[in-house]
Amino acid sequence: MASKGIKDKVAIISIGCTPFREHWDKSKDDLVIDATTQTLASANLTTEDIDAYWLGTAQSGMSGLTLSMPMRLEGKPVTRVENYCATGSEAIRQACYAVASGAYDVAMAVGVEKVKDSGYQGLNAFPMPTAGTNRTLTAAAMYSLILPAYAEKYGVDEEKLRMVVAKIAEKNHYNGAKNPLAQFRREISAEQICNMAAVAGRLSVFDCAGVADGAAAAIVVPAEKAYDYTEKPLFVKALSFVSGNGSGLIDPEYDYTTFPECEAAAKDAYQQAGIADPKDVLAMAEVHDCFTPTELILMEDLGFSERGEAWNDVLEGNFGLEGNLPVNTDGGLKSFGHPVGASGIRMHYECWLQLRNEAPEERSIPRTERNLGLVHNLGGYPGEMVSFVSILGTEIG
Amino acid sequence: MRGILRTAAYIPYRRLERAEISEFFSSPTSEGQRSVAAHDEDTVTMAFEAARLLLIAQDNLRPSALWFSTANPPYMEKTNANVIHSALQLPEETEAFDFGGGLKSSIGALKTALTSTGQILLAQSDMRNGLPSGEDERNSGDGAAALLVGDETDGTLLARYMGGSSITKEFIDRWRTPEDKASKTWESRFVESTYSTLVSRAWDNALSNAGLKPDTIDTLVLAGQNQRVKKQVAQTLGVNRVLDDLSLSVGNTGSAESALLLVSALENAEPKEKIALCSITDGVEILIFEAGDAQKNTSPLEDQIAKGGPVTYRKFLQWKGMLQVQPPNRPSPTRISAAAAVRESDWKHGFIASRGDRTGLIHMPPSRISVNEGDQIDAMEQEPMSNKVGVVATFTVDHLVYSENPPVIFAVVDFDGGGRIPIEVTDVDPDDVTIGMQVAPTFRKFFTADGIHNYFWKVRPVR
Repeated sequence: MASKGIKDKVAIISIGCTPFREHWDKSKDDLVIDATTQTLASANLTTEDIDAYWLGTAQSGMSGLTLSMPMRLEGKPVTRVENYCATGSEAIRQACYAVASGAYDVAMAVGVEKVKDSGYQGLNAFPMPTAGTNRTLTAAAMYSLILPAYAEKYGVDEEKLRMVVAKIAEKNHYNGAKNPLAQFRREISAEQICNMAAVAGRLSVFDCAGVADGAAAAIVVPAEKAYDYTEKPLFVKALSFVSGNGSGLIDPEYDYTTFPECEAAAKDAYQQAGIADPKDVLAMAEVHDCFTPTELILMEDLGFSERGEAWNDVLEGNFGLEGNLPVNTDGGLKSFGHPVGASGIRMHYECWLQLRNEAPEERSIPRTERNLGLVHNLGGYPGEMVSFVSILGTEIG
Repeated sequence: MRGILRTAAYIPYRRLERAEISEFFSSPTSEGQRSVAAHDEDTVTMAFEAARLLLIAQDNLRPSALWFSTANPPYMEKTNANVIHSALQLPEETEAFDFGGGLKSSIGALKTALTSTGQILLAQSDMRNGLPSGEDERNSGDGAAALLVGDETDGTLLARYMGGSSITKEFIDRWRTPEDKASKTWESRFVESTYSTLVSRAWDNALSNAGLKPDTIDTLVLAGQNQRVKKQVAQTLGVNRVLDDLSLSVGNTGSAESALLLVSALENAEPKEKIALCSITDGVEILIFEAGDAQKNTSPLEDQIAKGGPVTYRKFLQWKGMLQVQPPNRPSPTRISAAAAVRESDWKHGFIASRGDRTGLIHMPPSRISVNEGDQIDAMEQEPMSNKVGVVATFTVDHLVYSENPPVIFAVVDFDGGGRIPIEVTDVDPDDVTIGMQVAPTFRKFFTADGIHNYFWKVRPVR
């Protein structure tokens, strides 16, 4: 990896997030305005104070006008970014680099997705003109290929593994039930999930992320000015991104038990942040649980579990609220649903709350010496994926 | 001397037990099965499969023309034969024409080819529909046949054309407008009486044209839509052996029937056997052949008939468009791009991958740049995959995706000799898919949007 990183050069000084819901009564503009004004207000700033904006949306709007028109911004640069389901994180990443470069002193990332106006179930990509030879499988089906592959590679009974991933959903819904911003606020047991009808491979509907509208925003400033805005900034320790070459789809060696793009992004981020073993230093992590097997594999790709051991660590409760490394303490995509442009920023929002000890008591992580949080956000499918990792901390150094 | 150089048949995998229809309608039970084209097949894909089997058999045959016949064309105005031409990867200089519309077009194409020049590849195909509970629904079948017609200088003739006759007679026997899903027929007594006078005249003319005496015909092959007429003709012409018309195993395949029965006759013919093909459709066409040495077909008709799998009457009705079911609440597919389809034609129609110049790593779809740095840019070689066999490395069943036949079975397939692709599996039930199962590519229709059919490749089990 050749990235130098921007460790401790920039800090996040405010983040806001709307509830993720089926917002029948709110437009894309309403969501953008809600997230942006809330994030500005908590830092006592106005739109005038922001020098440049990055707006992430997969398909709820095109160009910077998606933000500048509803917010009535005067003479400000706004860049619309898209990077599949990692779109929100990409907006943050670009805002961070803009500030680190010295080009701007205050940058804002806003992510939004208005999914529920389509009238269709699920997330559906805009059709692009093609020769009609592209694969037509759903994401759920592509990710369902993981379970049999993992079971065979590591000699885990398939029934048992099915229960393991249901436990991941159980954990995330347990956390989400305690989060007023989450779309689904009901606990559900792994047994209930296992008893549901399969929709793709062995996966049931409750192994899949929900579908919701939402928006979130974050403000980035140079690290040395962070305390001018807040007593508790979050310093950016690492930002990494890997866009895959698609080899998994054609390489007979690829076995659907790892996401090489995620492993590489994590390795890069740990190197930037100077982290040797993430299990020992991270206070918490927000990861991309689009489907339950995804979170299982990520525990290994991100180095939270040894290869072939994540299933066991899940059963041991290592990633629960009281576990050694709490994962998806806000309820994850499972509880929040997945407004594509907003999800990545929502993940950073949870780090913001937890690392600053502002998460509600019933779902706050144990207070320890650990002061680093990790965000992992991916887009695409096993074999053809983009992957983002960031690491945030409460202290410089 | 002209005749038939090679033949091949294609019978779709699915079979409907006629008893299932009787059971549904509580009507007197009927015997046998009919063949059923799957939801992703049409007359073009079936004709291609037959033509492909014919061309696999021998490399040194080079058709100069492809003539496609059907009474059930996927396109009007646009030439359907072009799709088959492209899927077969025939040179652009090879002609491609449709002989379509009337059921008689297929025997007409054969006769024209026999009296023409050059090597002509005939691909004849039909999907037969009928209203639920009716005779057409029950007695018809879906299938295709391919015949390569040429001169004896092109290769050993399987069957030498000796002569024939035509009688054309305009009368209302069976008809269908382009909008109708099912055909209609006039009262059978009138039809029988009209044909009976025509057939004997045609028979005499054909024998005389071929220079043969009446008792020299060994096998009579009867094609036509009216069973009672066929039965009468079989009795009156006094030929010892009347070829089984596949009515119990396949059903009447309409435009494909005469060619399919000819394939059946030639796969079982003795050298020197005289075969009269008599098509009783809007008049009478008779073609007389003398068999050469029997060919060994790659996938004989009998084998294909024996290797069918069941389809329920419910699915049959869905596939035939007689039962509209609720689609999933997902956006329906959008039409393909004509420009993109031309650029990708080798892949889309021919299933031609690329192979790294140094590593040999196969890329599906083809790629200008290899995922392996050892290969040079823009130096990949073409790698045809359509006739290869692969195994299922892993698979899943997708109940969520838009499909005309849910659930969709998707497998990661590793091909013998290299090449991996995640691809849909067709002609299989979810419970029958296993890791390690052998599969082979098959050309299918994925969906139709804005009247444009999207053809591409899936795999199906090797049986």
